[in-house]
Amino acid sequence: MRWREDFPVRWDEDNYMTRRELAKFLTLGSGLLASVNGLIAFIGLRREIPATPAITIATAARVPPGTSLVFHYPTADDPCILVRDRSGRFEAFSQVCTHLSCAVVHRADQQTLACPCHNGSFSSLDGRPLAGPPTRRLPRILIEQRGADLVATGIEV
Amino acid sequence: MSELAFFIDYSRCIGCQACVQACEECDTHRGRSLIHLETIERRDSVQTAPQVCMHCEDPICARVCPADAIKQTAEGVVQSSLKPRCIGCSNCVLACPFGVPKYDGEVDQMMKCDMCYDRTSTGRRPMCATVCPSGALAFATIDEIMRTRQGRAINEWQFGDERVRTKVFVLVPTEVVRVTVPVIPMSSLKRRPPLPDPYDVAAILEMH
Repeated sequence: MRWREDFPVRWDEDNYMTRRELAKFLTLGSGLLASVNGLIAFIGLRREIPATPAITIATAARVPPGTSLVFHYPTADDPCILVRDRSGRFEAFSQVCTHLSCAVVHRADQQTLACPCHNGSFSSLDGRPLAGPPTRRLPRILIEQRGADLVATGIEV
Repeated sequence: MSELAFFIDYSRCIGCQACVQACEECDTHRGRSLIHLETIERRDSVQTAPQVCMHCEDPICARVCPADAIKQTAEGVVQSSLKPRCIGCSNCVLACPFGVPKYDGEVDQMMKCDMCYDRTSTGRRPMCATVCPSGALAFATIDEIMRTRQGRAINEWQFGDERVRTKVFVLVPTEVVRVTVPVIPMSSLKRRPPLPDPYDVAAILEMH
């Protein structure tokens, strides 16, 4: 009976793991773990940093002071939010909350970007987390004003 | 010198309960006696008999355990149930032909004699054998027993069709080769109501 071989009545027939087997397992397991970590790091270093093209978002006149505008940068899958404070200064951030990736919304009266999912809150001036679960700041989108147009030129993580 | 072994000489038992008390003192199960002191035909006789675990070579208690809780050491000592494994099903209680394992509801576990494994594994004698004043329980070499006792030490039993060999020896008259216990078939029990036990002293006292 197979199960009786696995669960023998006698102590000395029990298949206990030897010290050498355990040491072998630990060494090989640790080695495998270390090499896979190195491989992942190598792939991460080799990966090309996505290009950040200059993209025209909108005309400055479309965003009056105290309002915001959602746009996509650098690709159509990356939602961002352009905020113009009351003094007329433009700032732009990724719209993806750094906690669990919900979309943040602009609260002009508090000068914050609020995440409704877990009541997280970021400053709309520099993207720092102010309250709630997020601990990392929102990536900032660099904005340049070229004539009447607003142009996104890069990401500052 | 031959190996130390456990010998039971039922005819020498005087029923003093010293073994029962000594068993309670054992470190592995302190306060709980695991030896059974049986009365034999109590109405007519004062004969008693100590019953320790016989430590079968092929322990049926361990064979029937569904939780793999009863283990046998390399020396052939059948251990008490392992606390983390025993599920209290009492399969072993029903299976043992000697009636040794007992289910203890308080700890929800089967406990039985393990021949004082903490003592015998380091060369000391089991608690019960150290205190028995009449030598009914003895932990000695076979040579010593043969020199000092009459009769023969055997370790073979026959229960119906099943032959059992045990690690513990019993002393029997010289002409006995193995102890044979006939088994009453269940079918014969069904046909008639069970007879009252003539040696149930409590029942006898109630009648008078």
